[in-house]
Amino acid sequence: MNPTVARLTLRGLLGRRRGLLLLVVPALLLLVSAIASGSSADAHGLTVKILGQLGLGTLVPILGLVVGTGVIATEIDDGSIVYLLAKPLPRWRIITTKLAVAIGVTWLFSVVPTLLSGLLLYGTRDGMVLGYTVAVLVAGAAYSALFLLLGVVTRHAVVAGLAYALIWESMVGNFVEGARTLSVQQWGRAVAEAVAGDTAIGADVSFGAAVPLLLVVTVGATVLASVKLAGLTLAGEE
Amino acid sequence: MATISIDKVSRWFGNVVAVNDVTMAIGPGITGLLGPNGAGKSTLIHMMSGFLAPSSGSVTLDGAPIWRNQQVYRQIGLVPERESMYDYLTGWEFVLANAELHGLPQPGAAARRALDLVEMDYAKDRRTGTYSKGMKQRVKMASALVHDPAVLLLDEPFNGMDPRQRLQLMDLLRRFGADGRTVLFSSHILEEVEQLARHIEVVVAGRHAASGDFRKIRRLMTDRPHRYLVRSSDDRRLAAALIADGSTTGIEVDERERALRIEAVNFQGFTTLLPRVAREAGIRLYTVSPADESLESVFSYLVSA
Repeated sequence: MNPTVARLTLRGLLGRRRGLLLLVVPALLLLVSAIASGSSADAHGLTVKILGQLGLGTLVPILGLVVGTGVIATEIDDGSIVYLLAKPLPRWRIITTKLAVAIGVTWLFSVVPTLLSGLLLYGTRDGMVLGYTVAVLVAGAAYSALFLLLGVVTRHAVVAGLAYALIWESMVGNFVEGARTLSVQQWGRAVAEAVAGDTAIGADVSFGAAVPLLLVVTVGATVLASVKLAGLTLAGEE
Repeated sequence: MATISIDKVSRWFGNVVAVNDVTMAIGPGITGLLGPNGAGKSTLIHMMSGFLAPSSGSVTLDGAPIWRNQQVYRQIGLVPERESMYDYLTGWEFVLANAELHGLPQPGAAARRALDLVEMDYAKDRRTGTYSKGMKQRVKMASALVHDPAVLLLDEPFNGMDPRQRLQLMDLLRRFGADGRTVLFSSHILEEVEQLARHIEVVVAGRHAASGDFRKIRRLMTDRPHRYLVRSSDDRRLAAALIADGSTTGIEVDERERALRIEAVNFQGFTTLLPRVAREAGIRLYTVSPADESLESVFSYLVSA
């Protein structure tokens, strides 16, 4: 961790309009939960829909995308990354610091509202809320690492990230069962299931597969991002 | 004392060759990297500052490779051409952050010293996003100088500066050169380079066109044949009178343009000769225009010299 890199990253991320944009995600989740908690419908089904599909399935990847790319892609785009790179600072330390900030912010804006929404909707029964909270924790970290890597390797990180989260995980994953094996969301669900039990949460990937996959993706993305950052090329304007 | 050596360096992007087999050494003092836009100056500076790998050849700082070697930044200060620099920070916060990133033992003192040096102390508490171009340039300088580097690389530092800011920056760079630091800056404006650098490296179309003392290069540039397009009341008679004098080497009567194309060897001689000859012969001059004064033609002359 480098405190200066962390400070710059955090200010860049939360300052300006992006900070407000990030607030939309938890606000939406809490609002929907508050409305739903008033309804008399099947509480279990509602919780699975809101925490699972809306929260873990949609809001967490979007948040991870905004935050993961926001901690580095913006700087690479506008060229200000030069001031970080023209320093005798190991590249992996820049990446791990930025990842830590990304994970911290993703957690703050997703874990807390997930926990609150869950308690509002379903109380503490079946360990379900705890399960989803843990799922959001692990998925949030993996998304952050993955989207940070995208920010380093491509100028179109947001598009690529959206394509992965919305097209691959949501659409393809809905129809093609095999695609779910390679889905951060499903790995999160597997972890949630291990915490909360089979009856509360359904997962398509086994816990034994999900944990190593989560680790490989998170650690692999971090290592690769460090290597790519060390060889970052600034194309001439001419 | 530090020297950047560029040894047989080429860099291509796909099929486009941006830098073609360039060899040069940049030592202490001020060096101007001169060339028209698109000549490969930025590509060279990017390679010298470790943000681009040479496709072939080597770029080293006192023998150590620059590409993928973060330790060189202890010695290099870089002033990039692009303006973005964490707009949400104040000048002070920006320079301080740079000092901290260098791991300096007393970042606060170093940042204060650097801001003093570029005379930006008065605006240090304003956000850099509110700065004028010249102020940004100076704060960028402060961030590059904060660790007291032996080498300073500046990419088109005078672009968009007003004359006063230009003089200030020149003054500052002169002081660094006099300190024995290695200062390299790029520019496409000859006068700019001439005012500041004794030593000039010229690149044209990716090739190393000339190298050396600015006076030598200036002479090469002024001694080259100058071409003029002249229209007068009697082109043929004027041509006959001019060719008798030694300062013209060739005259072509361009029937279609209804003009003379004149090649003069001696710039000074020709500009005094032409009006004199015309007056004596009673010929009126309608047009006298230099045909090849564009920077590109000056440079291409240098390449062939």
